[in-house]
Amino acid sequence: MTEWARNDNDEPPRVSLVRRHSIATRLTHWLNVLCLSFLLLSGLQIFNAHPELYWGHYGADGDPAVLTIGAGGSGDDLHGFLRIAGVELPTTGVLGVSNFEGTPTPRAFPAWSTIPSFQDLAAGRHWHFFFAWLFVINGLVYLACSFLSGHFRRDLTPTRHQLSLHHLWHEVVDHARLRFPEGDEARHYNALQKLTYLIVIVVLLPMMLITGLTMSPGIDAVLPWLVDVFGGRQTARTIHFITASLLVLFVIVHVAMVVLSGTWNNTRSMITGRYAIRHGGRKS
Amino acid sequence: MTVQFFTRRRFLIGSTLGASALTLSGCDVLERNEQVGSVIRSAENLTMRAQRLLQGRDARAREFAETDISPSFRVNGTSRPDSEDYAAFVENGFADWRLKIDGLVDRPQEFTLADLKKLAARTQITRHDCVEGWSAIGKWTGVPLGLVLTAAGLKPSARFAVFHCADELEKTLDGSGRYYESIDLIDAFHPQTILAYAMNGKDLTIGHGAPLRLRVERQLGYKQAKYLMRIELVDSFSGFWGGNGGYWEDRGYEWYAGI
Repeated sequence: MTEWARNDNDEPPRVSLVRRHSIATRLTHWLNVLCLSFLLLSGLQIFNAHPELYWGHYGADGDPAVLTIGAGGSGDDLHGFLRIAGVELPTTGVLGVSNFEGTPTPRAFPAWSTIPSFQDLAAGRHWHFFFAWLFVINGLVYLACSFLSGHFRRDLTPTRHQLSLHHLWHEVVDHARLRFPEGDEARHYNALQKLTYLIVIVVLLPMMLITGLTMSPGIDAVLPWLVDVFGGRQTARTIHFITASLLVLFVIVHVAMVVLSGTWNNTRSMITGRYAIRHGGRKS
Repeated sequence: MTVQFFTRRRFLIGSTLGASALTLSGCDVLERNEQVGSVIRSAENLTMRAQRLLQGRDARAREFAETDISPSFRVNGTSRPDSEDYAAFVENGFADWRLKIDGLVDRPQEFTLADLKKLAARTQITRHDCVEGWSAIGKWTGVPLGLVLTAAGLKPSARFAVFHCADELEKTLDGSGRYYESIDLIDAFHPQTILAYAMNGKDLTIGHGAPLRLRVERQLGYKQAKYLMRIELVDSFSGFWGGNGGYWEDRGYEWYAGI
């Protein structure tokens, strides 16, 4: 925001379109949306086959659980619950017991949240692994393109200035007030954006893949140390579930930010690559 | 200006939600579509090729220490075959039980339980991973499958070992509810693939597959067939029941269960 623009409100606003996202970023972004959606919903289907999580190398009925989604009672007394670290919450209607084709049915996640909607572990696994392969290939293409094009270095690495505590705090306050960068500042990602995207790209998504592979007895034979990195297959399964939950949280915040900072402008920039920057004038 | 923006936003949110709902119901339709099904299932082949490439022939499943053994090991699938034949075997401590090895072999074999126990034994503490997601660690003792197959002498055309079991997991008129499994020769001759007659230092209990069960350690639980009666060497398993190589495979699960 330049001095003269700030003091001269009669200056008509100029809107310029800048190229914001490369074709590689746009394509892999939308493919990733597709993959993660299918992976999440088929993942919930798989989880429903044994809706209990453990720490360690083994875990089954009767072993101490970290998280259980279950059903108690029967008939009119049928109720669903979520038990985390010994605390039990009633969740009838959503978790543990929910309506399936009109009747309250014991199942961990409800029919509207799983692929396929009916209970079918085999089918859920087919969808899950198909999209897991697509997710991995798509991710590798994204990493290669972003690395070679300098996208990581140029757009995603925070500058020294951005990483100063003073600046970070300033951004947190701005975000909390729903004030988003304008003018030239809007040409680049802000520090919170960069850090969040890096955490998703470098930590969360790879973690999903690695914990998924750790659950595979075939892969454990190839990389026996993988199980020990996590301290057991059941720990890896639990981390898989926690990381998936964090990704869901990210998507909720991500979409909220898109809507709050200009739904149309952001969406268009991720489809056509063009992003509008407003210079001068007053905010309407 | 503001109003227009508001409706646009609402349109976007609404259409996204609508599209998601359509996608979800669409998935059930897709699920039953043959062509979509075969595309989705193609990943299984990719997984098998990738894992086999990485494993080579001899990569071993992780073996654990005595202290890692699970305090309880869940009995899954059949807990007691309900045929009269099986009841008779139990009656006299499996003295009349025989393991037959036939099909594409030069010398069909019949082993009593005592015969098997006389052969070189292998003991391994491994993790059993159910396809549903739970795991249990147990100590298995048995005969390497490769040893008895070598005794039978495989014909060059043999490509798979089919395991016929004593239990019927689902009551059907045509017998298609009988449990069976199959593995290829890479897994059959893997050093950890054993015909186990003991678990945690004791004879197998009925719940865990007495008198003999398969352990094929680099794959999931449903491959570990219990109550073995006969091992048939074949060049293809397409002629058995559903044609997919196993009880659960005929019900939609992957034949290669490495993940």
